[in-house]
Amino acid sequence: MNTEPNAVPESPLGSQPTAPVAMSVPRPFYWSVRRELWENRSIYLAPLAVAAVVLLGSAISLIGVPRSVREVAALDPAMQSAMLAHPYAHIAMLLVATGILVGIFYCLDALHGERRDRSILFWKSLPVSDLTTVLSKAIIPLVILPVIVFVTTVVLQFILLLMSSAVLLASGVGVTTLWTRLPLFQMELVLLYSLIVLALWHAPIYAWLLLVSGWARRATFLWAVLPLVAIVVFERIAFHTSYFGSLMHYRVGGFAARAFAFHLPGNAPVDPHFIPLSLLTPGKFLSTPGLWLGLAVAAIFLAAAVRLRRYREPI
Amino acid sequence: MTVIEARGLRKAFGKTVAVDGVNLRVEEGRILGLIGPNGAGKSTTLNAILGLTQYQGELRVLGRDPWVERDQLMRDVCFIADVAVLPRWMRVTQALDYVAGVHPRFDRAKAQGFLAKTAIKSGSRVRELSKGMVTQLHLALVMAIDARLLVLDEPTLGLDILYRKQFYDSLLNDYFDRSRTILVTTHQVEEIQHVLTDLMFIKQGRIVLDCSMEEFESRYLEVMVHPEQLTTARALKPIHERQVFGRSILLFERVDRQQLAGVGEVRTPSIADVFVAVMGNMIGNPSDQAQGAVR
Repeated sequence: MNTEPNAVPESPLGSQPTAPVAMSVPRPFYWSVRRELWENRSIYLAPLAVAAVVLLGSAISLIGVPRSVREVAALDPAMQSAMLAHPYAHIAMLLVATGILVGIFYCLDALHGERRDRSILFWKSLPVSDLTTVLSKAIIPLVILPVIVFVTTVVLQFILLLMSSAVLLASGVGVTTLWTRLPLFQMELVLLYSLIVLALWHAPIYAWLLLVSGWARRATFLWAVLPLVAIVVFERIAFHTSYFGSLMHYRVGGFAARAFAFHLPGNAPVDPHFIPLSLLTPGKFLSTPGLWLGLAVAAIFLAAAVRLRRYREPI
Repeated sequence: MTVIEARGLRKAFGKTVAVDGVNLRVEEGRILGLIGPNGAGKSTTLNAILGLTQYQGELRVLGRDPWVERDQLMRDVCFIADVAVLPRWMRVTQALDYVAGVHPRFDRAKAQGFLAKTAIKSGSRVRELSKGMVTQLHLALVMAIDARLLVLDEPTLGLDILYRKQFYDSLLNDYFDRSRTILVTTHQVEEIQHVLTDLMFIKQGRIVLDCSMEEFESRYLEVMVHPEQLTTARALKPIHERQVFGRSILLFERVDRQQLAGVGEVRTPSIADVFVAVMGNMIGNPSDQAQGAVR
C-alpha cells in the first residue's frame, strides 16, 4: 500500500526493480479502521438507507413544490429563506440523528462482539496494540460517522434541489425564488460546524459506551444506562437533589446553548431550521470548561478501555 | 538460542491454581508437544506465553515479557487458538488484506499460494467455509508469516482425519525449518508423535515429564511379554501393564533393552501409552508419584 510505488530511495543495485514488494510498511491503524467498516457495514449503510427513504418520499412530495414556492414568494424576503430551508433542514436533522444512533449502537458492540465471537484471539495474535485497536474504534463515532453523515446530507440536499428545480421549471413557476433565497451553502457550513460540535461534546458518551462494551459480559446497553439512572434516582431519594441528573442533561444537550446563539440582535427568536452563520459562537463553545472537561473524561474512559482490553478474554 | 524460558511460572484463578510453578526452556528449532489432560493448565501456560494473561514468576519469550510487550512480540510469534477464531463475517480477501496491512512479515503471495491448493474461494466469507477450511485458511495466513515461534493450541480439534493429516504435513513440509520453533498442544497425540522433537507432560499445573524424543525412545520401552516370562518381566518393575488379545504388554522406564529382549518383543511405546501410564499412576497420590515415577 505504498502511495508512491516508484519511489524506492535505497534499492540495492543488484535487486530486480520489477519484483513485487512483498513486505510493505505496516499501517495497523489504517487497516484497523478499514476492518471496522468491513465488519460494521451499518456505519455507511444506515445513512444510505435513510437517504434512500428520504429521496423516495421527497420525489413524491415534489408535486406540491410549485404551490409552496409560490406561497413562499409572497412572503417577506427575510422569511423566505427559512421557509425554503425547511425540507433541507429536515434531511440534515434526520441524518445527524441516524449518525448518532448508529454511533451509540456501534460503540456498545465494538469491544463486546470480538469477545463474544472469540475473534479477539485472532486480533490479539497480530502485532496490533490495544491502544491502536481502541482508537480505531473510537474514531468511528468521532470522525468517520460525522464525515459520512456530512457527505450523504450534502449529496442528498443537492439531489433534492435539482429535482425541485426540474419540477419548478416544468410547472412554469421558475427557479429564481428557490435558487436566490435558499441558503444551501450556509446550511452546509452550519451542518459541518454542528457535526464537529456534536462529536466533541458527545465524545465522553461514546468513550463511556466503548468502555462498557469492553467490560460487560452481556447486556451492554443496560450496563451503560442503568447505573446512571440508578445514581439519579438514588440522589433524588437520598438527598432530594438532582445534580447528577443535571450533569447528564448538560452532557447530552448542553452544547446547543454554547455553540449557537438562538437570538438575533433585538432578541428576535431564530427559526432552528436555518441558523445564520452570524449566530455560530465557536469562541464561546471552545472556551466552555465543560467541553474540555468532557474531552478529558473521554480520554480517561478510552485509556481505561485500552487497559481493560489487555485483560479481556473471550466470553 | 532460547525461544521460551519460564521459571516458576504460576497462575491462579481465585483459589484454583491453573499453573503451579512451571519451569520450561524451549530452544530454537524444536517442535515441542505439551500434552496433558483437560484442565491441566496447558492453555493457561500458552496464554501466558502469548501475552494473553497475567502471571507470576519469570517468563521470557524471544527475550520479551509477553504481558507487557504483546504487540511487539506478535511480530515474531504466531498462534492458532483452540477453535477457529477467524471472525465469521470476514471474507478471505479481507483476511489477506488485513494481515498484509498490519503484519510486517506477511508474504501475501505465499498465503495465496497455499490457498490455491485448497478449495477455498477468495470471495467466500469465513462463515461459509467448513471447519476444516477455516483451519486451512488460518494455517495459510500463519504459514505466510515469517515468524520465529508458532503456538498451536488444539489446532486440529474437530477436524476429520484427512484435514488433520494434511495440517501436520503442510506444517512440516512447507513451514518448519531449523530456525523456527513450534509449540503445540493436542489430545490427538498419536498424530504428532513423529512430528515432535520434544515432549512435555503437564498435570495439575506442573510439568511431570520433560524430554526430547530421542530420550523418550531410549527411556521408555514396551514389551509384549511371552506368557511364560510374565513373572520374570514383572520383577523388572514395569510402570504400567495392560492386556491386548490376551497378551500382557508391559511398559518399562529406564530398563536395559537387552534385558527386556529376553522376556518378549521390545518396541517403542506410543506417547499415548506412556501418557496413560504416567498420568494413571498418579491418580492415587499425584504429588508424590509425580516426582517418584517420572522425575
